[in-house]
Amino acid sequence: MRAAVLIAIKDLRQRIRDKSFFLWGIVAPVGLAAIFSLLLGSVADGDSIRVSFGAVDLDGGEVAAVFTGDVLGSLAEAEIVESVVVFGSLADAERAVGAGDVDAVFVLPAGFSAAVGGGGEAPIEVIGYVDSTIGTQVARAVASSFAGEINGLGVAVGTVFAVEGSQPDQAAIDALISEVMQIPAPISVGAIGAADKELDSSTFYSAAMAVMFLFLIVQFGVLGLLEERENGTLNRLLAAPMRRSSVIMGKAITSFVIGVLSMTSVIVITTVALGADWGDPFGVAALVLAGIIAALGLMMLVAAFAKTAEQAGNLQSIAAFLLAMLGGAFFPVAQAGGLIEAMSKITPHAWFLRGLGDLAGGTGLTGILGSVWPILLFAAVTMGLASLRLRRMVAP
Amino acid sequence: MAGNILEARGLRKSFGDLVAVDGVDFHIAEGETYGLLGPNGAGKTTAISMVTGLLEKDSGEVVVAGRSITTSSTDAKAAIGYVPQDIAIYPDLSARENLDFFGRLYGMNGKERSARVGEVLEIIGLADRADDRSEQFSGGMKRRLNIGIGLLHSPRLLMLDEPTVGVDPQSRNAILESVERLSQEGMAVLYTTHYMEEAERLCDRVGIIDHGKILAEGTRAELVALVGQRDRVRMSTNDRTEAAAEALRSHAAVDEVTASDGGLEVLVRGAAAALPRLLELAAGAGVGVTSVEVVEPNLEAVFLHLTGKALRD
Repeated sequence: MRAAVLIAIKDLRQRIRDKSFFLWGIVAPVGLAAIFSLLLGSVADGDSIRVSFGAVDLDGGEVAAVFTGDVLGSLAEAEIVESVVVFGSLADAERAVGAGDVDAVFVLPAGFSAAVGGGGEAPIEVIGYVDSTIGTQVARAVASSFAGEINGLGVAVGTVFAVEGSQPDQAAIDALISEVMQIPAPISVGAIGAADKELDSSTFYSAAMAVMFLFLIVQFGVLGLLEERENGTLNRLLAAPMRRSSVIMGKAITSFVIGVLSMTSVIVITTVALGADWGDPFGVAALVLAGIIAALGLMMLVAAFAKTAEQAGNLQSIAAFLLAMLGGAFFPVAQAGGLIEAMSKITPHAWFLRGLGDLAGGTGLTGILGSVWPILLFAAVTMGLASLRLRRMVAP
Repeated sequence: MAGNILEARGLRKSFGDLVAVDGVDFHIAEGETYGLLGPNGAGKTTAISMVTGLLEKDSGEVVVAGRSITTSSTDAKAAIGYVPQDIAIYPDLSARENLDFFGRLYGMNGKERSARVGEVLEIIGLADRADDRSEQFSGGMKRRLNIGIGLLHSPRLLMLDEPTVGVDPQSRNAILESVERLSQEGMAVLYTTHYMEEAERLCDRVGIIDHGKILAEGTRAELVALVGQRDRVRMSTNDRTEAAAEALRSHAAVDEVTASDGGLEVLVRGAAAALPRLLELAAGAGVGVTSVEVVEPNLEAVFLHLTGKALRD
């Protein structure tokens, strides 16, 4: 054990000296977590999206006024959108959206209100700014929703007059519309339990990047074995008075310490700088330690089968990114369903993120054991396979 | 055998169909410098790898400092200082850090280790560059550090595997002087090389190895006696070498004549006395001799005698 510790101390000194630990273990995960949080955080968290809309009323009717005034106005009041500008002409509106002053413009054509009242076709045109895909999609959704409401009213009113067999007049139509508007919606969407277990974007991206880079950075320990062979120093170590297993143990200790240092640094920095909320410290510690052991297992498997350090590094990078993608570190793979969803469940990343979600929902240490054991199972399988070629790993 | 620091008996190692070492026996006495001399691919490195406990033996036994050595031995390995053929140092550590790390691995304690690291840095001439990263060193300096690591724990037996391959003449001489000094101080040395002159200069006894077998073993004098104290005369000729060879064989002092492209190689007893007559015989056969070189018996001749080929082939 003494020899293993000496080898680990030597390796850590080398890694700190060549700065690879700082780059891959701290800077990269924290940097990417910050970028993802800033870019996608507001959308993912359901905060106000920073889009602005314009509208041009070529109709001048009552229904068009309801849309530009009540509908768009309420979106601005509720800070769902940043601003709403009503343009006096189509040319002004097109100029504004072409310059990117607004993300999308609603065009209410002449005859819009009359078409709605008479049961005719009443299209709302949406013109989007070329670089604002999300803003344009939101604008289309707003227009579709408004059209849906109008169509619903039309169907309700038409049904009443059809049942009564009477001829509709405008006063009766207005009265009916007023009554229909008072009826509460039969279905509403409220907060559901699962939402409580969702990580906020800062925590999610911090955790996702941390676990992805964990699987990259632990290679600096175990793959050092292959570097020792290429440098010729492995023979020197094997000729020294110590057990061969001490060499492997030393490299494993190096990987483990690097993993702990990296994860601890990322957790502290993202908590302070990005406001990430990792949850119960004991639960986080259990998940982190399980994750490090799983990463170590994968590393040993790669080291056992690779012929050179370069080949192993490439294989490890591919494996780390593949597992991260399958495990939902970049996007919610579980929603894909089918084979992809099933495959995601073999990745430690998926269970790591699920465990953190449970912690965010208020679960304590014991509650996340269901996420810890699949990670440890992954570690056991990979280490077991690596052990079949243990002798080869320390052959001169 | 009492007084032997190393005894190797019946060593054998195969890699697939290739028999790299085939029944090798040798021993090294305390304080003795023993050379394994042979061409590349003769089995020297495989043999030394088994002796250091790096490589599993197919069969045979190695005893170092009274203890049988295997790949899992620890006590026997502590008696050995190993200097591999290729430079094996950590380039991103300084010379002092490299030495300190291996000192710790060999169980040297703080003060002893610190003092010994200083001593070895002086011995290998790197005291003034001790704290520079070894990646900044020249090839020769790296070679010296490579040897220094092997010396660090004052081993009873130092094993050097072709330590001068690819080394400039100045560094090579420094390495040879270091080995001579260690030998004089009483350290036993196992030295593998394919340079005949290194084996002759350094070694008390030499084992000549080829195709995994030790063909002959002994002191320089004992080995040279195998070729019968005959001198070797190399003649460069301009033509008709076969005719000249035939004529030279008629001389009573000539034991063997080998014709090759552009010359003759003659094994002769008493070259100085016989040379004038040999030149006359060549001239009589109508052969023009352009140069003559007389080589006294050495290990090269022994190797040629034993294998029928030159050591450098």
